[in-house]
Amino acid sequence: MGEAIVITSGKGGVGKTTTTANIGAGLAQAGSRVALIDADIGLRNLDVVMGLENRIVYDLVDVVEGFAKLKHALIKDKRFENLHLLPAAQTRDKTAVSPEQMKHLVESMKDEFDYVLIDSPAGIEQGFRNAVAGADKALVVATPEVSSVRDADRIIGLLEANEKHKPCLIINRIRPSMVKRGDMMDIDDMIEILAVQLIGVVPEDEAIVVSTNRGEPAVMNSNSRAGEAYRQITRRLKGEDVPFAKIEEESGLFGRIRRMIGGFKG
Amino acid sequence: MSRGGRAMFDLFARVFGREDASKDVAKERLRLVLVHDRASLSPQALDELKNDLVNVISKYLEIDQEGFQVDFSRHEESMALVANIPVRSVKRRTL
Ligand SMILES: Nc1ncnc2c1ncn2[C@@H]1O[C@H](COP(=O)(O)OP(=O)(O)O)[C@@H](O)[C@H]1O
Ligand SMILES: [Mg+2]
Repeated sequence: MGEAIVITSGKGGVGKTTTTANIGAGLAQAGSRVALIDADIGLRNLDVVMGLENRIVYDLVDVVEGFAKLKHALIKDKRFENLHLLPAAQTRDKTAVSPEQMKHLVESMKDEFDYVLIDSPAGIEQGFRNAVAGADKALVVATPEVSSVRDADRIIGLLEANEKHKPCLIINRIRPSMVKRGDMMDIDDMIEILAVQLIGVVPEDEAIVVSTNRGEPAVMNSNSRAGEAYRQITRRLKGEDVPFAKIEEESGLFGRIRRMIGGFKG
Repeated sequence: MSRGGRAMFDLFARVFGREDASKDVAKERLRLVLVHDRASLSPQALDELKNDLVNVISKYLEIDQEGFQVDFSRHEESMALVANIPVRSVKRRTL
């Protein structure tokens, strides 16, 4: 029996889709059977971040409405044979699917996969309720900014009221140099405010843009600092106790060379 | 001003007490906004609370339900639930 994990945030644009793609690829790389569900109906994105956009035939709504079988709608990732994507419908809206239907679908997928990762849309409306409906666990993504932390607090409140979800926090786009000079909240500040368990800290990293351009999750790039952060999250999800290293800005010649190599190799 | 120059200027401004580190400003603003967010009730829940209050208080006092008001009052540091309950008469105690 697999585990279903929803990646959510409240606020849009903080890195939910990037996180889902990278953790999914990371878990598959580590040998788990993984399915990704893009629950952002109407704003399909996970397919392009994964580089699988040209292979979509059926989508989530087709499966829920019984128009297509799950096994025909799932896209198999060529890089990892144990990684699959169920894309969102692009021309429908969130009300095309109900929380009960999502719960049923996710439940059935847990028989076949070790991890079912659900990429949630922004907001706290039905799209969010659909995304969390079948989840055993929630990862809340927040950036070190007032509006993002505020929305994360709201989401954590909603998840905790729901009881079965135990939210864990992923801090995304942290910039060590800004933290150092006191112009960005650090990890401790955010944990203190949100009073929640931390599962990962992902630095701001140009390699994310490069990897999104190419449709290859940064977790596959051994030179990317964000990729390393996602590999650590993957290990923590698998139950390993990975200490939180202090993230340092890579500066000077060495850092620049590393970044160049990382950027070119993709 | 160059990036380095700006950073240097900010640092001086802070050392000489002209400006807080912006992350401390962010933290303080978040703390206040979350006090309010976390204590807020939905309009529906607030209505239920009002009804319950009317029922409880009516056991002891005869109140003017028209003028009965309950709302949150926001202060910098905290929130208070403020009720204005016009009393018609105290119910006579029966022993
Ligand atoms: N750690 C990071 N470093 C640099 N850019 C990032 C990082 N995380 C996300 N981004 C960028 O931020 C944008 C929004 O990310 P996305 O995952 O689509 O957010 P969401 O799904 O929450 O709306 C994308 O352009 C993505 O490439
Ligand atoms: Mg998204």
